[in-house]
Amino acid sequence: MAELPVSSPAPSVPQGGDIVYRQRAAVRIWHWLNAFTVFVMLMSGAMIFNAHPRLYWGQYGANFETPWLEIGHTDDAGFLRIGRVTIPTTGVLGLTAHSDRAFPPLVTIPSRYSLADARQWHFAFAWLLVVPGLLFWLWGFASRHVQRDLAPTRRELRPAHIWQDIKDHARLRFHTGEAARRYNILQKLSYVGVIFVLLPGVVLTGLTMSPGMDAGWPWLLWLFGGRPSARSIHFICAALLLGFIVVHLVMVLLAGPVNEIRSMITGWYRLPKEKPE
Amino acid sequence: MTILSRRRLIGSLGAGAGGLLLSGCDRIVASPTVKHVLGLGEGLTRHTQRLVIDRTALAHEYSVHDMSPVFRTNGNTQPNSTSYQAQAGEGFAHWRLAVSGLVRNPLALSLAQIRAMPARTQITRHDCVEGWSAIGKWTGVPLKLVLDHAGVLPTARYIVFHCADDFEGKPFYESIDLIDAVHPQTILAWGMNDQLLSVGHGAPLRLRVERQLGYKQAKYVMAIELTDSLARIGAGKGGYWEDNVGYQWYAGI
Repeated sequence: MAELPVSSPAPSVPQGGDIVYRQRAAVRIWHWLNAFTVFVMLMSGAMIFNAHPRLYWGQYGANFETPWLEIGHTDDAGFLRIGRVTIPTTGVLGLTAHSDRAFPPLVTIPSRYSLADARQWHFAFAWLLVVPGLLFWLWGFASRHVQRDLAPTRRELRPAHIWQDIKDHARLRFHTGEAARRYNILQKLSYVGVIFVLLPGVVLTGLTMSPGMDAGWPWLLWLFGGRPSARSIHFICAALLLGFIVVHLVMVLLAGPVNEIRSMITGWYRLPKEKPE
Repeated sequence: MTILSRRRLIGSLGAGAGGLLLSGCDRIVASPTVKHVLGLGEGLTRHTQRLVIDRTALAHEYSVHDMSPVFRTNGNTQPNSTSYQAQAGEGFAHWRLAVSGLVRNPLALSLAQIRAMPARTQITRHDCVEGWSAIGKWTGVPLKLVLDHAGVLPTARYIVFHCADDFEGKPFYESIDLIDAVHPQTILAWGMNDQLLSVGHGAPLRLRVERQLGYKQAKYVMAIELTDSLARIGAGKGGYWEDNVGYQWYAGI
C-alpha cells in the first residue's frame, strides 16, 4: 500500500499541503466499528448502572455497605457523591425532569428503565468489542502498526518532550508538514492507553462480574480483588473511555474536522501547512 | 463560517438530534428483528461460557471473615399464600417437598428427612443482577443426592422449581439444566449463616446454584419437577423473571 505522498511532483519529503496516506484500512474499519459499539456499550452500561447506582470496593457490597460512589436523589435534588464529597447534579444526574434514575433517559439504552433489555444490548455488543479488538491487536503487531506508529520512542518519552507537546496542545499549535504524518506523543500515549489498558480493563472487569466466569477463571477475582471492585474499575474505565472520546472529538474539531474525518474514512490526509513563526 | 454561527449550528443540531435519537432508539429497541439479533448474542454467550467453564468448576468459596455483616433480602420476603403461612406457623412440620415429573420414584420429602441427608456447607457470593453482591454461608443437601433418590429418567433435561411465593398472582418458578443440577455446589439450602433459613431468605428450602445470578436462587421451594421442555411451564421461558421481565434464562453472566 502507498505509504508515500502522491502529490505531484512527488518530493522525497512530504511538506505541508501534500496529501499523504495516513490511516490504513484496518485502523479505519476498527475505528468506525468502535465509534458505534462503544456508544452502545456506554449507553446500555449506564442503564445497567441505574439498577444499583452505587459502587463499592472489596469482595461484597450491597445496601448495608457504604459505597465510595453513589448517584442518587433526595426529594427535590439529584446528587453525585464520591467519598465524602457531594456534588449537586439536579437536571443532569440523579433527578431530571423526566426521571429519578441515576442516568437520564437521553443517555441510556433503552430510554425507559429495563435492566433486562440493557443487558441484552450490552452482552451482544460486547462481542463486537472483544472479537474485532483481539483481531486488531493481532493485526497491529503483525503489521508493525503498534511497534512503528503507536509505541513511543525513548526520545519522545523524555519529560521535556512530553511537556513541550502539552504546551503545544494547550496553545493549539499542532504539528505541521512532515511531522504531522506521525502521531505526536500525547496521541500515542492516549491511543496506547485506550487500546492496551482501558479496553482490556473494561473487558476483564466485565467478565469478573459474571459468576460463571469467576468459577471458570478464578484468577479474575484475584486480579481485581472481588466482584464489587471489578464493577468499580469497570465504571472507572468506562468513564475514562468517555473522557477520551470527548477530548478526541474536541481535538478533531480543533485540528480541522474535514481533513481529520476524511483521513479516517478514506485514509488520505492533507498535511497542515507550516505556519510562519 | 464564523465560530459563532458554527457553534449555533452545532447547538441546534445537537438538540434536534437528541429528540430524534431518543424516539429513534426506542423504535430500534422495540424492533423484533433487533430483539432476535440480540438473542443470538445471548446464545453465543451461553454456549461460549459452557465451552470455556469446566462443568465442575467451583464458584469461589470464601472464609468466615469475608462474610457480609448484613445479608440483605430481596424479591419476595413473605409469601402471600395462606397455606404457606399456615405451614410456616407450624414450623413446616407437615410441609413436603414434592419431586415429580420424569423420575422413576416420585418423592415427598419432609424437612426432617431433607435435614437428615448429607449436607454441604459453603460460603459463597450472591450476585444480584442489579449489581450488588453479598457473601453468606449456606447449608443444604446437594440437589444431586435428591435427584439420585428420585431416579432421573434419560429424557429429563431441566429441573423446574415451583415456589410458594408470587408476584401479583403470578406464581414464582425457576429452572436450571442438568449441568448445573448435578454441580457439587448446587444445594437445596435449609440453613444460612449457621441458623435455620429464615422466611425472609426463603424458608424452608431455597435453591443455591452458585455459578448463576441471584434471581435463579429460588426461595420457598415447594416442588421440583423434571421435564424435557420448558415450553409448557409458565410462559415458556423457564422462570418468572424470564417470562415477565425478560431476564436471560442462563444467568451465568
